[in-house]
Amino acid sequence: MHLLLDPLQFNFIVRGLIAAILVGIVCSVLGTYVVLRGMAFFGDALAHTILPGVVVAFLLGWPLAVGALIMGVFTAVGIGALSSRGVVKEDTAIGVIFAGAFALGVAMLSATGNYTVDLAHFLFGNLLGVTQGDLWVTAVLGLVVLLIVFFFYKEFMVISFDPVLATTLRLPATFLRYLLLVLIAVTIVVSLQVVGIALMVAMLVTPAAAASLLTRRLTPMMFISAGIGAFSGAAGLYTSYYLDIASGPAVVLVGTLIFTLTFLFAPQRGLIWRRH
Amino acid sequence: MTHLINALAGRGVAHDPQTPSLQMDNVSVAYAAGLQEVSVGATAGNGRFHALQNVTFSAQQGERIAVVGPNGAGKSTLFKLIVGTVKPSEGEVHIFGHGPDGHICIGYVPQRNQIDWSFPVTVEDVVMMGRVGQIGLFRWPRRADWEIVHQSLDRVEASHLAKKQIGELSGGQQQRVFIARALAQEAELLLLDEPLNGLDVPSQQAIFNILDSLRPDGVTVLVATHDLQLAADRFDKIMLLNRYVVAFAEPTAVLTADNLLQAYGGHVHHLPDAEQGVLVDDCCGHDVPVIREP
Repeated sequence: MHLLLDPLQFNFIVRGLIAAILVGIVCSVLGTYVVLRGMAFFGDALAHTILPGVVVAFLLGWPLAVGALIMGVFTAVGIGALSSRGVVKEDTAIGVIFAGAFALGVAMLSATGNYTVDLAHFLFGNLLGVTQGDLWVTAVLGLVVLLIVFFFYKEFMVISFDPVLATTLRLPATFLRYLLLVLIAVTIVVSLQVVGIALMVAMLVTPAAAASLLTRRLTPMMFISAGIGAFSGAAGLYTSYYLDIASGPAVVLVGTLIFTLTFLFAPQRGLIWRRH
Repeated sequence: MTHLINALAGRGVAHDPQTPSLQMDNVSVAYAAGLQEVSVGATAGNGRFHALQNVTFSAQQGERIAVVGPNGAGKSTLFKLIVGTVKPSEGEVHIFGHGPDGHICIGYVPQRNQIDWSFPVTVEDVVMMGRVGQIGLFRWPRRADWEIVHQSLDRVEASHLAKKQIGELSGGQQQRVFIARALAQEAELLLLDEPLNGLDVPSQQAIFNILDSLRPDGVTVLVATHDLQLAADRFDKIMLLNRYVVAFAEPTAVLTADNLLQAYGGHVHHLPDAEQGVLVDDCCGHDVPVIREP
């Protein structure tokens, strides 16, 4: 018990813990759609493209989330529009934008003095540097994302499962598709401080992938995924504290461990049950 | 905007009872030049290429129509026109007197390979998706919706499958569940894309039994199929398609050697020993039925 409570005497650790749990939940719920729709590469790319926005906000002294949000929503809609034109293949379009924007961000940052330390924070997160203000931004935006997922639950399910049905039901399919892309962008912004740009995709796909092995229905998948995400966040923070390793990678490693265990031992679908 | 309002209100446009279920007037669908299809497409005067050209026909309420033709004949494009995912470059599509846009009564049963069968939904979840249009945005399924879902499953004799994940079903069961979804949608125009492919005879028979049970409700049914024998035996009318409508009438009038030769070109062979019979090989590993002329 002391092991769990001792670190909590430090306020920055309490803030980090709350942030890690909140982000774990939001990422994992939305990650369910990322996994089901096969958008892992899109999520990874989108996380990288927000770097220039973050760097500009950083250099101008704005809250990082503002720069990230503008850049994130802009590129989410941009990638969506580019891929629906069909001029180049979707993954090619994403690859071009992703690498270009990321290079721009690194280039801008390299012109400043404290380049390597700042870049490391952006890339891998800085859970113990979460301020009270950051926590509010995370909580409010995270809640908005979860509420939208809740209110559009059946519509998101239909456009993900059968887009043609969405058309015959006359759902506003294009609007819903862009809404989902924007939600992913917002989630990435919210998670920036916890895991950072380079590891973001892990928070989006790993808990949801583990959950997909444990249930065959969408709602339970979301709850299990959220549970795994929240646990990864909290356990990752403690691991980081006691082993003195970087917090972002610690959170991701806990998630990866859970996925590996699920992959091996999940009832019926785990690897060990398949051996004959 | 009307789109959003209609979705919010959860209802489609009113039907004009005087009009046919489905009507196409001189409908063409052009490809942009430079696509793969160009090499096989029909060329129009303006240098564009057509997936479908000058399609004119109408289907009456309650009719059951087989849509047959070789691969690339435009069967899928025809269905997409009706659903509304493809817009005609010329001509007009009318469903109960209106364009496809406002209707929520068009049930579409996709080819089985179009569906991700590992998606985490149960059979009753899938059937409930058919209700999403009627339920409307920001609302949840009510008890009446669940009753309709279970009645629909009853009608396709799949109630016992309600709690199964869709990947656990056989091919015939999967097909029936998607028909149940169209029933829950209260479809009045039902499109089935290659529903009989890969099914054994009892499973095919089960599907025809369901389609028979829809007749009293006046549901118009279009089925894309490669199976000319089933098309001849089990449908009111056949549409023979090869980028244009080669023939559209009762089976006996459609399945003549001349028409088949027009639709299938070099893949029709006269059998020397079958008197006046022709063999159609649509070169894609499907059925190779022998059709005897009447």
